[in-house]
Amino acid sequence: MSVEMSQFHQVFFEETQEHLQQLEQLLMALNISEPDSEDLNSIFRAAHSIKGGSGIFGFNALADVTHIMENLLDKARKGEFSLSIHAVDVLLSTTDTLGEILNSYRNELEIDWLKVTQAQGTLNELLADQIAGDADAADQGFGLFSESKANESEAFGFFNEPDALAEQAKSEDGFGLFVAEPIARPNDTTDPGFGLFDELLSESAVELMTPAPSVAMIRPSGAPADVKKAASTGSETTLRVEITKIDSLVNLSGELVITQSILAVIGAEVAGELGERLQTALLELERNTREVQDAVMSVRMLPVSSVFNRFPRMVRDLASKLDKKVDLIVEGGATEIDKGMIERLVDPLTHLVRNSLDHGIETAQQRLDLGKSEIGKLLLKAEQKGGNIVISISDDGAGLNREKILSKARQSGLDVADSPADEDVWPLIFAAGFSTATEVTDISGRGVGMDVVRRNIEALGGHVVIESKAGEGSIFRIQLPLTLAIVDGMCVSVGQQVFVLPLVHIVESIQPSLDQLKTLSNQQLLKVRGEYLPLLNLYQLMDQKPAHLTPDKGIVVLIETSKKRFGLCVDALVGQQQVVIKSLERHYRRVSGVSGATIMGDGSVALILDAESLALQVKTLDGVNK
Amino acid sequence: MINNDAQKSDHSNKIEEEEEFLSFVLGDENYALDIMSVKEIRGYESVTKIANAPTFVKGVLNLRGDIVPIVDLRMKFNIGQATYDEFTIVIMLNVNDRIVGVVVDAVSDVVKLSAKEILPPPEFGVSFDSLFLRGLATVEDKMVILVNIAALIGSDELGLIDLNNTAGQEL
Repeated sequence: MSVEMSQFHQVFFEETQEHLQQLEQLLMALNISEPDSEDLNSIFRAAHSIKGGSGIFGFNALADVTHIMENLLDKARKGEFSLSIHAVDVLLSTTDTLGEILNSYRNELEIDWLKVTQAQGTLNELLADQIAGDADAADQGFGLFSESKANESEAFGFFNEPDALAEQAKSEDGFGLFVAEPIARPNDTTDPGFGLFDELLSESAVELMTPAPSVAMIRPSGAPADVKKAASTGSETTLRVEITKIDSLVNLSGELVITQSILAVIGAEVAGELGERLQTALLELERNTREVQDAVMSVRMLPVSSVFNRFPRMVRDLASKLDKKVDLIVEGGATEIDKGMIERLVDPLTHLVRNSLDHGIETAQQRLDLGKSEIGKLLLKAEQKGGNIVISISDDGAGLNREKILSKARQSGLDVADSPADEDVWPLIFAAGFSTATEVTDISGRGVGMDVVRRNIEALGGHVVIESKAGEGSIFRIQLPLTLAIVDGMCVSVGQQVFVLPLVHIVESIQPSLDQLKTLSNQQLLKVRGEYLPLLNLYQLMDQKPAHLTPDKGIVVLIETSKKRFGLCVDALVGQQQVVIKSLERHYRRVSGVSGATIMGDGSVALILDAESLALQVKTLDGVNK
Repeated sequence: MINNDAQKSDHSNKIEEEEEFLSFVLGDENYALDIMSVKEIRGYESVTKIANAPTFVKGVLNLRGDIVPIVDLRMKFNIGQATYDEFTIVIMLNVNDRIVGVVVDAVSDVVKLSAKEILPPPEFGVSFDSLFLRGLATVEDKMVILVNIAALIGSDELGLIDLNNTAGQEL
């Protein structure tokens, strides 16, 4: 395949992906009893665009399926076919199949023709059902053929060829040409019509721009003009940029921040009037650098809706599978988060939504018996709170079952107090291998999910909080940092080395007096306002020679993680700073207790401490004590 | 001077395909590695220590924005004294898309060697595992040990690379 051709393919794949998503969203939003004609038109156009594009590139499997789909949609928008829930279901599953076929083409895999045939079959069935009583079946056949040849003319539309419209004039005469063709065309991969076109393509893409008079043009009832409209809108306001370009921009702006802080260090050493002028300029530079960085980072930000959009469909499918009635409400879809995070949020969110549906919301009958509304409510909400993004998944279902969780936890050998507070009970469901579902369904119950959810979210630097009330529902709150690339940190020193502690985890820093320090079987404890907190020595964890061996000479930083509160002994606080996170794994490997590294103002490397994994060190000490 | 030396040693077989090696010194022994994997050569500067790393991993440093690990080959293979002064050299290697710095006593030369001049590695007698040996060659009457640097850097022995992504779980 020539380079140019594969470039066109890439564009086609991306556009088709978008069309499929649009198709799905529109179908989901469609009011079946009174469909809006504009919606129907948009749905038709999406299918039509896919068909046109796939025809031109010889992606026959795609073209064949969308072709029938288009027929059906065309009838629907003309009012000749009334959409039922069943029809929408079929269309949705066809959309899925199209997505699979698209992926096969994209990855140059074998096409599952069986699936293609099946999809065509169900669609045809749907069409046949509707027109069963219809008098003129033969006419139907013609319609099919005339449209099957539409690919050629629409193909030009794809390239914005104005003459394509002129071809509309060509009339029904052409029909005779194709009537002779075998009816079994859908399975026929070497369709002569397509073959002709493929050859044209392989010669040169440019040739496509000029209409070849030898290609027979038969206009279907469709409207290629719509394709053009759809393709041209949006191009003025957005720009498709490769993610690698943006990433290198992000990296460069990170470098800029580092250079700027190096300059600031040097600038502080310049004395006199020159120094003052330099300071002013440096301040300006600092502000500009920060703005550049913010602007660059914002390029990477995507609305959460790109994750949320998949849920209406999933909830609908699941609800009907589980025989539950659920109303999904999505709020705050416009909230923006880092693209890198969006991708990694999909799995945990999907799991939590499934969980709420499967375990949370009761069946319609149960709900009625409980005096609740028959339709369950599932709220998916994203909002920005300070330096964090909070995504919450709340349902008005049964809530978590405290007793069940506790007994299951004890059964699994987890360490549980006799009558723990609710907020200590809920996190138990995140333990590995934990599931309270009595039966394993294909939706949940294998107990592999929740611990993965927690791990994924913690890997993003976030954490999950659960609130639940029996009979009233439960809320899962996921708290995430705004971005993955920069962290607000407190620089602390131990011995010769400086470490960065993420500010989000720091509660306070204190210089302990001797009477605040206790030991309990070798575990150092710090008494703060009546509470005993375990102490960790950073010099031990990081293998350094400290300036002071006893905590009362240094500083204790109180750290709060999702699991624990503890004190971390360091020599001194160096200062608060925004640092750019650099990967240690890029050239080295993961280091326990460290989440990454950063470059300080003097060009040296400082390690960024991972409070969550440091907290695990406390746990192991706890274990020894018990 | 580099070119002169190289030419001297290969006057006889100019037509043959030759490879270039960077030779360096560890203690009293002469080694060489494929010059294509060398990114740059620089003096030793202080590094940021990594806790619980093997002793021969000196730490990490900032190479123009990349956080790069530094390995002292002298410590790894117990050759010579691991001392650091202004003559200590770090060879920055680019292997499998990763950058690693190795500390050596000195860098001596670039030598051209043809396949004919490279003798098969001995079974014993070097501190290196024979897996990491490419072969032996004689340059100016001195034996030079050719190191398969890509295999060495990628080996589990150095522990520079996480194996099969278990990193997430090991915490």
